[in-house]
This record gives sequence, C-alpha cells and structure tokens, in this order.
Amino acid sequence: MAFISSGYNPAKPMENRITDIGPKHFEQFLPEMCKKNFGKWLYHEILEPGVLMHKAESGDEIYTVRFGGARLMTITHIREICAIADKYCGGKLRFTTRNNIELMVETKDAALKLKAYLNAQKFDGGSQKFPVGGTGAGVTNIVHTQGWVHCHTPATDASGTVKATMDAVFEEFTNMRLPAPVRISMACCLNMCGAVHCSDIAILGIHRKPPMIDHKILDNICEVPLAVAACPTGAIRPTKIEIDGEKYNTVAVKNERCMFCGNCYTMCPAMPLADAQGDGIALMVGGKISNRISHPAFSRVVVPFIPNEPPRWPTMTATVKKILDVYAADAKKYERLGDWACRIGWERFFEKCDLEFTEHLIDDFRDPAYYTWRQTSQFKF
Amino acid sequence: MAKHKTPLLDQLESGPWPSFVSDIKQECDSRAKNVNGIDYQVAADCPDDLLGVLELSYKDGETHWKHGGIVGVFGYGGGVIGRYCDQPEMFPSVAHFHTVRVNQPSGKYYSTEFLGSLCDLWELRGSGLTNMHGATGDIVFIGTTTPQLEEIFYELTHNLETDLGGSGSNLRTPATCLGMSRCEYACYDTQGLCHDMTNEYQDELHRPAFPYKFKFKFDGCPNGCVASIARSDFSVMGTWRDSLRIDQKAVAAYVAGEIAPNAGAHSGRDWGKFDIQAEVIDLCPSQCLSYEGGKLLIDAKECVRCMHCINTMPQACRIGEDTGAMIFCGAKSPILDGAQMGSLLMPFVVVDEGNEYREIKDVVEGIWDFWMEEGKNRERLGETMKRMGFQAIIKAAGVPFDVRQVQEPRTNPYIFWKAEDVTGGWDNDIADYRKRHKL
Repeated sequence: MAFISSGYNPAKPMENRITDIGPKHFEQFLPEMCKKNFGKWLYHEILEPGVLMHKAESGDEIYTVRFGGARLMTITHIREICAIADKYCGGKLRFTTRNNIELMVETKDAALKLKAYLNAQKFDGGSQKFPVGGTGAGVTNIVHTQGWVHCHTPATDASGTVKATMDAVFEEFTNMRLPAPVRISMACCLNMCGAVHCSDIAILGIHRKPPMIDHKILDNICEVPLAVAACPTGAIRPTKIEIDGEKYNTVAVKNERCMFCGNCYTMCPAMPLADAQGDGIALMVGGKISNRISHPAFSRVVVPFIPNEPPRWPTMTATVKKILDVYAADAKKYERLGDWACRIGWERFFEKCDLEFTEHLIDDFRDPAYYTWRQTSQFKF
Repeated sequence: MAKHKTPLLDQLESGPWPSFVSDIKQECDSRAKNVNGIDYQVAADCPDDLLGVLELSYKDGETHWKHGGIVGVFGYGGGVIGRYCDQPEMFPSVAHFHTVRVNQPSGKYYSTEFLGSLCDLWELRGSGLTNMHGATGDIVFIGTTTPQLEEIFYELTHNLETDLGGSGSNLRTPATCLGMSRCEYACYDTQGLCHDMTNEYQDELHRPAFPYKFKFKFDGCPNGCVASIARSDFSVMGTWRDSLRIDQKAVAAYVAGEIAPNAGAHSGRDWGKFDIQAEVIDLCPSQCLSYEGGKLLIDAKECVRCMHCINTMPQACRIGEDTGAMIFCGAKSPILDGAQMGSLLMPFVVVDEGNEYREIKDVVEGIWDFWMEEGKNRERLGETMKRMGFQAIIKAAGVPFDVRQVQEPRTNPYIFWKAEDVTGGWDNDIADYRKRHKL
C-alpha cells in the first residue's frame, strides 16, 4: 500500500483549507417532481404495502416505493441501490428517518414493477436485499445503535437483535393489518443514542453488575473528580487503597446505590461494567412520538431482564412477537399500543400478554416514581 | 475464503430481513478480489476482522471496543469518534477503527452521483462500512485510521463540497423530516430551515463550547416523523393558527366508501365500513368536530391540531393556511436524570425565510447564552431547566409567559417570590415591627 495524498499538506494544515461549509444543499438532490411541486402537495395514498402516491395541486402524481435495509450497510450495497435508482428513477433516492430507502417514479405501473424487482433480490445467504413495505398500520424498520459492532458501552448487540426481531415480525413489515403503526426501536445501553424512550416497543440493552474498579490504573487514566461527579446517585467516592504495599488513589463504589447506567465507565475506562452474566435486555412498551389523538408518551418497562442469547435472542423475539400479537388482536382501530394498554389497564395488559409483574417494574427513581403509583380506587381485578 | 470462522454470525444470514452479515461478507469479497485495482489506504481485510471481533463478542457476550482517544481533524472538536479494538493482536486490521460523521443533506435526499462519490472515497480511505444513517441523522463512516482523517476531510470539503457532522459537547448535526418536498402536512419548509440553521451555526457544530450535546430537530407537523419532541433540545414543529380546511365533497366520498380511510394505511385487514362518527368525531381529543346533515363541521377555536382527522381523511381535511411552528425545548433520553419530553416554549412562531429566520435564531441564542452560563458539565438543557425552573429558560429565550406552556398550573403554593414582586420590597424594619407587636 502506498500512501495516496488527497492534496492535504500536513506541513501546512491551513493551506487551501476549507472549513465550515456545512452539508450540500438538498435542492440539488430532489427528484424533479418534488422540486416542481415543493410545498404544493395535496394528499397521499398508500396503494399497497410499501407503495405511496402523492398528489400535487398541479395534478402531478409521484409514486414512492419504500424498502427496508440494515442501517449497517456496505458501499457494495449502496452502489447496488444506486444502480437501481439510475435504472428506474433518474438517479435520485432518499433515506427515511427509520433507515428505509425510497425510490420515486412517475407512474403506478413503474412503481409496481420496481416493487416486484426489489422483492426478488436476495443476498447469497438467502435474506432479501430490498424488502418492500414499512408503511401504514404495520411495523416499520427498527432504528438502532451500534452495539457490539462498534461501541464501547453496549450491554447487547444492536444489528443482531434487530435482524432477529425483524425476521420474527417480518409479516407485519410487508402488511398493514395492525390497529395502528407500531414503532420498534433498539438501544444497546441506557445511554440510548437510539433514543428508544418513546417507542411502541423498545428493546434496550442493560447492565446489572456494578462497575469493576481497576485500582492500579484508575488514577493514571481517569480524573477522579469526574468519575465521582459522573454518578447520578452519588454512589462513587474518592478513596486511597494499598495493594502489595503500593498506595493508589482510586474510587470506591457503594454497590447498592448503583443504577447500572454506565455513566462512570463513559467518564473513566478503569470502571468497566460489561459482563456476560450481568448484561441483557429490558423491554419497554407503549411510548409514542406523534400527537395524534393522544399525547406523546414515554415507553414503560414491562420485562425487566432477558438474558443475551446470541445469535438470535429467541426469548426476546418471542416476547416481542407475543406482545405484538396480543395487541393486534385486542386493540381498536387507530389505537396505538400504549393507548390500548392504558385503556384496558396495565393490570390487564400483563394478564393478556402473560407477562410477570415483578418488583423491578415499580418505579423508584426520584420524583417521577411517585406519579406512577396507583392513587385511586379505580382498578381491575 | 473467510479469514475468520463465524458460525454464530452465519446464523444471521437466513430469514427474510436483509442480513448485515451477508452484506459485510460481500464487502470482504469485493475487497479481496479488488477488480478495480484500488490501492486501499486502510487494511483491505478490515471487514473480515470486523466480523471476527463481532463473532468474538457473540461468543463472549461482551463488547471488544474501547473508549475513543482524542482524534479528529485540525481546528474541529467533533465529527470524528476515535475507536480502538481491545484485541488488536487477534484483529490487527481493526485495531484502530475510527468513525467519521458526515453531515447529511436535509431530508436525506441524494443523487446517485453524490452517493457514488462518497462510496468511492470510503472505499479508498476506509472500511467500506457505513451507517445510512446514524441515530442523529449523519452519514456514518465506520472504520478508518488516524492518518486518513485529514485526507478524508480534505476530499470531503474540496471534492464533495460537504462537511463533517457533530459529536461531543457540540451542536449535533441537525435533522429534519422531508417536509414540503413530498408531504402535504408540512406547515413550514423544514428542509430550508434545517439547512439554514446548520450553516448559521457551523462554529457551534464543529467546536465544542457547550456544557453537553445540543440537538436541533425539525418536524413539519404534529405527526412528528423525526421525533423532535422526544429527541431534541430544540424542537421546531409545524402547526397552524386558523382552521383546518374541509372539502365536503371528499368527506361525502369517504362516508360513501369511495375513498379508503387513513390513506389506505389499514387496508390489510377488514375493519368494516368506514364510520365517520366512530373513527373521526368520537376520537377527536378536543371534541371539536361534528357530523351533521352530511357535513363535517369544526369548531376551529377548540381544535388542538392533533392531526387525526387529517390523517384519517387526507383528501377531505387539510392543514390550515396561517401556518408556522411551535418550539419545544429540553427533550432527551434517560441518561442521567430520567427521560424528558420537550416542553412547549413558544406556541407559535412565524417561520420566515425573508428575515433569515431571525426570530427563531434569537430564541436559540438566548437559550445558549443562559445554558452556557448556568449549565453544569455534561448537563443537558432539559436538566438545567429542571434544576433552575422553566421560568428561567422562558426568560432567557426572551419569550412571553403563556398558559399554553403548562399542562396545568402548579399544585403547590411554594412560589419563589422575588423582592420586586412585593410592594415595599423585603427590607422590613424589625424595630418598627416590634412597635406593633410586643415579644
């Protein structure tokens, strides 16, 4: 390998340097039809799963074919998508906020042909490359985080749990037969860079063992005050200890106060808490973002812990599927999962979904906890 | 031939959903064959080693990635996240495997030409692995070495005319829904505002000066497709102040079953004949709709703009014409003090490209001045708000107090009165008091 210079001169980093230019302007990437009818759209229809038609005031119609993808995607895969976009829709495409890809064409006939083509493409391993769906009252693609693929704090993998879950609920991706949209999200630790906290179903990696302390190196690689300040429950204090006659400045952790958030590890690499036995998944349900009918809401923890079972996490996916199926059979049209659970009552939710209610599910974290305890005589037996 | 045996990951190649394992394997093949004779600037077999280290995690149940070091490009404090493998001898090609965040175009539209150029760059100077897109919205390049960072940045800015995204205690890369480009619900030009604000605040995006991260997200309507109310410190969400518009002919067509309700979103199950009373009128959260004499009537003043009737009958109901946006602030996920939803700061603001969105920027800048002064290290805006009171942020933003900013008034009378609120102030004379009240 020979180093190939881009033109950058390390001796003079400021020479010809371009900074602070921001992203490319979006307008140059819009399909002609979107540019022409910008701000002049009248209505839309979902013609069949994964196929949308948007009608403009001008009478123009644009047909969108939506398909799912793993957000962890190679350039080989992106180039194949580009080749399809070049062939079918003038070299323009877009990605959705939930890792779906959309190709836009000008006739219904072209859209249906494109859908058939996309659905027929498979990887060598057998999975579909471009499954069309993710519209309307169904399950759309799962937004997620890095997991074991590329992160230092995960309690589980993200890409694998998502693949396993989407395989289990795939029929709901390609159909629109649920009472309302169901948004599933995945975050591999409490940091939630995937912000799953307002999802119909959230798959969340959690730790359950307090941090180990690497006393001999802690003071060399961490700032003790930052490690102490990192703890939301004040469980960490500075201390000095002696090991083999050597004195070390380090920290002590009051384990019974630990809420396993991992914030100390983020601030101090000498405090790891990942552990194969301790780590696993919590399931949360009933959150939403949209303001439709009911208010945006947080997801609630309904399964406190499921062990990691790579590569396919069968207990986790079976539990997700069970909750989804019970909801699908029991909820009213337009009722989101959380609205259904609130209407029937959470006691009924646990009964119908055959989930065990344990002490772990009663909130005891600061003020908001009190507002979740039952303070009425109205409940169901 | 595969460099590492991956019996666990191989089990993720079956099933209908696109397999990231199969995809990475095709990248391994592509780089091994190298039909275009590319002089790869990072190890050609790094996707192989990525599969290897991931397989090890599947075996161990623990990650094998370490904290990032301080890596980046000259003059920027964000956009690159250092990443190192904790088993570098076993997986030397991913020993140093940094992430580069590239600022995506508003609405995530691309030309294949531009995407192709990104792929070419990332094939030469990186692993060929990406996230399309990261959780915040960036194009994420996964895996390169430190010497390639300046080269990648130089090519991005010179040849692709695009910039890095945010990381660390910066303004994070703003994100938007697709807005007016293809949605009839867009109450303002979300893409235009997102692009403008991203460029206005390039300094804040690239050079960390905040207590912690700060996110802008732009939703065109209360459906909230980019989740701004849940995920951004500063959420701009479209709304309108006049009445939504009703086309009675289309209402009749829905009632007659000529148009599928909810734009066809429920067509996979037989839900029976559309019932406007049960499906629209009775579900209206403010009960401002009625259906009388074959007409859909609205008491527009009582409408809370939840979008249900519009979503259910998009050909009959449209957003109003006096459109603008609401501003919510302080949303965040649970770390550290519990999750927070965005709180309504401004019930309405005109989104005016003509004055370069000055009104919105004044609000942002007021909030930043306050938060940079008062926020603690690693304290999100929402947490500062909780600690100091919503009043403090409303004042800092320079917006009026409004009953719409609360769900309900306070239930405790512990009001933090100030001396200036009280006639005569607080400087009472105890001697004077004792003249009236003997001990």
